[in-house]
Amino acid sequence: MKLLVAISQTPETTARIAFKDDGKAFDAAGVNFIMNPYDEWYALVRALELKEEVGGTVSVIHCGPAAHDVTIRKALAIGADDAYRVDIDPDSAYSVAQQIAAHAKSEGYAIIFTGKETIDYNGALVGGMIAGILDQPFISHASKMVTSGDKMIVTRDIEGGEEEIEVSTPFVLSASKGLAEQRIPNMRGIMSAKSKPLTVIEAIPSASLATYTSFSVPPPKSAVKLVDPSDMDELVRLLHEEAKAI
Amino acid sequence: MSGHKSVKTDQYQGHDYFNVDELLSQDHLLARDAVRDWVKQEVSPIIEDYSNRSECPKHLFKGLAEIGAYGPSLPVEYGGGGMDEIAYGVIMQELERGDSGVRSMASVQGSLVMYPIFRYASEEIKKKYLPKLGSGEMIGCFGLTEPDHGSNPSGMVTKIVDDGDAYILNGAKMWITNSPVADLAVVWAKDEAGEIRGMVVESGWKGFSAPEIHGKWSLRASITGELVFEDVRVPKTHVFPDIKGLKGPLSCLSKARYGIAWGAIGAGLDCYDSALRYSLEREQFGRPIGGFQLTQKKLAEMITEITKAQLLAWRLGSLANVGKATPAQISMAKRNNVHMALEIAREARQIHGGMGITNEYPVMRHMMNLETVLTYEGTHDIHLLITGMDVTGLNAFS
Repeated sequence: MKLLVAISQTPETTARIAFKDDGKAFDAAGVNFIMNPYDEWYALVRALELKEEVGGTVSVIHCGPAAHDVTIRKALAIGADDAYRVDIDPDSAYSVAQQIAAHAKSEGYAIIFTGKETIDYNGALVGGMIAGILDQPFISHASKMVTSGDKMIVTRDIEGGEEEIEVSTPFVLSASKGLAEQRIPNMRGIMSAKSKPLTVIEAIPSASLATYTSFSVPPPKSAVKLVDPSDMDELVRLLHEEAKAI
Repeated sequence: MSGHKSVKTDQYQGHDYFNVDELLSQDHLLARDAVRDWVKQEVSPIIEDYSNRSECPKHLFKGLAEIGAYGPSLPVEYGGGGMDEIAYGVIMQELERGDSGVRSMASVQGSLVMYPIFRYASEEIKKKYLPKLGSGEMIGCFGLTEPDHGSNPSGMVTKIVDDGDAYILNGAKMWITNSPVADLAVVWAKDEAGEIRGMVVESGWKGFSAPEIHGKWSLRASITGELVFEDVRVPKTHVFPDIKGLKGPLSCLSKARYGIAWGAIGAGLDCYDSALRYSLEREQFGRPIGGFQLTQKKLAEMITEITKAQLLAWRLGSLANVGKATPAQISMAKRNNVHMALEIAREARQIHGGMGITNEYPVMRHMMNLETVLTYEGTHDIHLLITGMDVTGLNAFS
């Protein structure tokens, strides 16, 4: 089974977030980047498990400049067979989806995996857009996938429960927690990743459909207010007037 | 037995004040981050409990093998990782960030057992042991120090006597990391001509015993013991053919000390990281204690010393990669970086106040561990005399 995993790069979860250019752009100075955890821990690892179950290949694709190669190398170290990097600094989910779809169109992947969202912009858009461009089914928020004959049974997280879907390949899937478990690359994997192919693809011309107006950080959390346990009237007043919870 | 898992999340993040990361390759960064993730997943949740109970988390021997922490700079065909010396360094740094005892488990196996076998043993012995040591199927230990001969190893009394196709080994070794759980020992003993010889001795051979040393207040998660040899028959094939004298064991110690120079940075970083976070959370007199000058003095000196140690280790690694790191340079780096980490642990303990003496925070454990690290693999004072001898040309040992 020929599998493709789209991987993105995001700021480390503990990074201090700041903006520049009057709040129009993210300030990457001093920020460490990691592979988007939904892509790495769930999408990539489930693709590798599927390859181990039924055979085939796992390729990864990333849209970004050469400076991102270390993230791609990590995916190869974890176990992907080969990698593609589309040489573009993408400015929106649509531009990423266009590039990945353009590559995938002629490759005949059975399943294209993405994370359910990136942990920076939380767009959750790329998977659905790839499926739309390729005219394939899209299953989002997959937390379990099992093979059933020539079909797949995929469990989706939905509000208040789960949904089970039977689907035939090819399709696009976005991975949420539970689909697999994190695999830490070992030293052998890191060294063997050096000899795995990383092909740089020239970007196709694409129009941007989005412009960012401004970003801002959320207001700081206010201090905890302690209420005397005997003063329930004050607690009710605060919940009603300040928290507006009741 | 499996112990309690800590409910606290390991919030550690690295600190790189002088952008030393830019001097590292992709391999180094991937290796470091992989071991950091492994430590957060496997070591941090259990280490306080094992250390508290003074028990070795033996299951980590296998995990260390799987991540590739044994002999990462040895060739792949001999069970190593085929990486360079800086990769080995950053792996040791991240392991010791978790715990010096866990780092010791790995540095003994890689630098003191696999390295001498790789460097000095016959091809047959290499093939027999190295792949199993690399995969963690076998655990090794290193017998040099004796009860009466620590800083002066050349005075050793453990000896071998020729007996046809074998040597008969008699003597005792002390302070041997991993010895009670080891499947084999690399042992240094004098032959009948008084020359120091190295050999591979299996723990199952008649006359071999390895009693555990109890009561340590340091490296409590690492198992330490003696080695006692009573007429152990060591086949001549197991004795290293071409190396005689102290340079054999000293070359292994250089490897291990090199790893400690990096490892100590990890312990220092963990203490600094914890102290910095605590100083921003803990309030006294109505504001975070990190805002007070005396706390800032401690924190500023810590990150300054860490930065110097990082640059020293990186330069030492660059020299080691081209075979140019001298034993005296390794001594200086080991001595400086371990002392740096111990001082940081003590200062960090003060910033944590009373909480600093509990196992809610890693600081006191690191501090106690580092007291051992200051002494083993060449004491703080002996390394000073090595630098002294190197710059004056005069020997102050004897």
